[in-house]
Amino acid sequence: MKLRKLSALVATTALCAPMAFAADMADEMTIVSWGGAYSNSQNKAYHEPYAEKTGVKIINDESSNEAVAKMRAMNEAGNITWDVVDVVASDAIRLCDEGLAMEIDADEMLAPAPDGTSASEDFGDLLVSDCFIPQIVYSTTFGYRTDLVGDTPPTSVCDIFDLEAYPGKRALEKRPINNMEWALICDGVAKDDVYDVLATPEGQEQALAKLDTIKDSVIWWSAGADTPQLLADGEVVMGSTYNGRLFSLIEEQDQPVAMLWDAQVFDLDGWIIPAGLSDERKARAMDYIYFATDTQRLADQAKYISYGPARASSAPLVGKHAELGIEMAPHMPTDPANATNTFLYNYEFWADYRDDIDAKFQAWLAK
Amino acid sequence: MSDTTQSGPVLAADGTPLKRSLARALRMQKLRALMLIAPLLIFILLAFIFPIADMLFRSVENRIVADTLPETVVTLKDWDPMSGESPDEAVYESLYYDLFVAAEAKEHTKLGTRLNYEHTGISSLFRSSGRKVDDIGKADVKAIQRSGDGELKNGALWYEIMSGGSSAAGDTDLLDGERTKLAQLTGEKFSGDIGFVPGAEISKLFPRTAIAYTDFALFTAVVDGDIVAEEKPWETVYVAFATEVSTDGGAANLASYTGPGADALKAAAAAIADLPPISFKEAFLDIDKDWGNVGNWRTIQTYSPEYTTGYFLNSVDLHLGADGVEARPENQQIYITLFKRTMIMSLMITGSCILLGYPVAWILANLPTRSANLLMILVLLPFWTSLLVRTSAWKVMLQQQGVINDVLVWLGLVADDARLVMINNQFGTIVAMTHILLPFMILPMYSVMQTINPTYLRAAKSLGATNWTAFWRVYFPQSVPGIGAGSILVFILSIGYYITPEIVGGTKGVFISNRIAYHISSSLNWGLAAALGSILLAVVLLLYWAYDKIVGIDNVKLG
Repeated sequence: MKLRKLSALVATTALCAPMAFAADMADEMTIVSWGGAYSNSQNKAYHEPYAEKTGVKIINDESSNEAVAKMRAMNEAGNITWDVVDVVASDAIRLCDEGLAMEIDADEMLAPAPDGTSASEDFGDLLVSDCFIPQIVYSTTFGYRTDLVGDTPPTSVCDIFDLEAYPGKRALEKRPINNMEWALICDGVAKDDVYDVLATPEGQEQALAKLDTIKDSVIWWSAGADTPQLLADGEVVMGSTYNGRLFSLIEEQDQPVAMLWDAQVFDLDGWIIPAGLSDERKARAMDYIYFATDTQRLADQAKYISYGPARASSAPLVGKHAELGIEMAPHMPTDPANATNTFLYNYEFWADYRDDIDAKFQAWLAK
Repeated sequence: MSDTTQSGPVLAADGTPLKRSLARALRMQKLRALMLIAPLLIFILLAFIFPIADMLFRSVENRIVADTLPETVVTLKDWDPMSGESPDEAVYESLYYDLFVAAEAKEHTKLGTRLNYEHTGISSLFRSSGRKVDDIGKADVKAIQRSGDGELKNGALWYEIMSGGSSAAGDTDLLDGERTKLAQLTGEKFSGDIGFVPGAEISKLFPRTAIAYTDFALFTAVVDGDIVAEEKPWETVYVAFATEVSTDGGAANLASYTGPGADALKAAAAAIADLPPISFKEAFLDIDKDWGNVGNWRTIQTYSPEYTTGYFLNSVDLHLGADGVEARPENQQIYITLFKRTMIMSLMITGSCILLGYPVAWILANLPTRSANLLMILVLLPFWTSLLVRTSAWKVMLQQQGVINDVLVWLGLVADDARLVMINNQFGTIVAMTHILLPFMILPMYSVMQTINPTYLRAAKSLGATNWTAFWRVYFPQSVPGIGAGSILVFILSIGYYITPEIVGGTKGVFISNRIAYHISSSLNWGLAAALGSILLAVVLLLYWAYDKIVGIDNVKLG
């Protein structure tokens, strides 16, 4: 069996010697991502150079927000049409749990840092799942209208809950994650105890009670583009969203909006490779991943969008915005000036408590 | 010579009875008709009916628990959750073997996710335990591997022991049983020759060990594609042997065993004799103290059957509690509220569509053709625009800094600091959805009104009826079928609506479909989504039936 495979390989290599390396890789691949400015940054930093180097045809699919459900359906139908999928870390963990994503050996499959540091060390703690290859660190944080907050712009996340000093509507995401943590912190719970408190029914009640104080002044968003629109229209005074969205609102669209980095919640976004790909497609996907997650490429992406590269070795290489020409480093969520008070999304906690707390949160919303 | 007055059947020209001949001709016709519609029929069956039936079936299907923990479910049956104590050693022992195989197949986290819907915390319990389950009984495994000449460290001797040598009788029943078990667990086929049959003698003396080895062999051959004899067996094989041989009967069995590797097994038994017996319960409690939690075990027990009413109970704010069906805690009740809201708001949307659509349809039907066509385009124009665009346009119109509020403030009707809240609530949903669904109301009304003969109205008036009486007594009754058709269309479309309420509904204006979508794409609780969907479907059918009883479906006309 093995012998036959080998001889077939030798034959193909001999037949098409000039492109011997690409012979056993698919020459077309489907990459799934989030669309918008984010896909655009990946296009510029990864897809275009990769296509140029290898001649592979890359098909973009913008289904990342439904990736888990779709991959489960594809798996059940036995027809996987995606080769590389961009997902947030919590989804990667679920895909790994469900056996829908391939397990990754970081040191074997990913490029080492230029100074020889192994990939697993370079990514460090960010390798939160066996199947996940981190790409960026982003944060969910607040932006506020500079012209609507008077002379004392908000400096703390708890100003969200201060209706007297900052009257007007706020935009919060229509899900418990992040909101419950912020509510508890602003209700006097120490940052280190937040998840212990949130694990108890009383703690959940406490968080909802705190959110109840501003419930009538909240517009709940479900798409990342909602808050920038609400801020631009002056519908809300302040609102949470992904920091890259606020960056483009402030720097690219020049709106009177400023960042409130306090208690920003870090989260990770990265690649997974679906389980059960054919050998050629898997080889192609892995080749792409090796290329797209090396130190320079990750730093390149930061030229187009203000998300921090996931490799430690990429940080010093982050330069200027490709079009605006401004330094990107101060706009990164990981910049020391911005990261004085931060949170890391607690994957384990939310994997366990999401269903329970979400039921309570939704029931509270509907009340 | 035929008799014209014969009482027999009438015959066709070819001599067959006319009845049969006619039936055949008709059958040919019917068959042809069927062939004509066959493409559509097959398409609908394959692309619509089967997937929907399959999806709805998920609302009761619950095989995952019994498939993943086949033995645990059986041993757990006798445990009494009311005792307040965690199950006994036997259950934990079954759990060990089940969980080990499930972890090898990477199925345990799926079960964790499934049970986490019912009991918070099970997800991480299964995930972390799956990682550590191969550490259980480590001391015994090591001791056996080191015993004798270290021969039991490798696969070759184990293979010989477990197969009983080349000439020994095989226990194919056991092999087939394990094939079925693994096939149910993974959904893959475990058929075909794996180059191993458990020996009849060893499987009688050490059944647990034989089962563990057979699982290992099947996995090695089928999933990994390796040769069984060359691979080191799983830890379960060592642990099973250690537990079995340390019982009184086990020691006697070992003494009577004369097959291949008897000496090595005896040396192994001697090596572990001094070690404390493996306690699976303690081992699991060491991995995670939550394995002692009665609530976790009760959840596993409650959801062991292959079919469950759990999803349906959840979707009407009930759950399977300790004493059977009970209401969910008040702070988690949401679905009944959402079902009621969906119904009421859909009725309001249908009502406002009737109120707005009726005059438009009337004008359309009574204008000269030229101007009617122009007006028709105006009705259809929004119909041809993307749904998302129309919904977002409403956002621009209705929001507090939006067009309507700006105009009202400019006119001085509303103070600048008291702008109207017209979006992210029920009002927003009703306005936007009425606008979107209006063509579905106008079109059937229009086509029915076109068929109403204007002479009836004139006749009524010439007989002395006022305008109102003429309309109400003569025109309106004739237009009711159009209203009926439009209402059914609008109502059924609106109770399943998802995207518009999501964008403009805020918290009070969302429908049950938004929760269904959440469970399909975010929480992945497809069973609950299917149950909610089934209930929605049943409600629609029920209303349709009620409509048929009250108004009569024959009274519905699309033109």
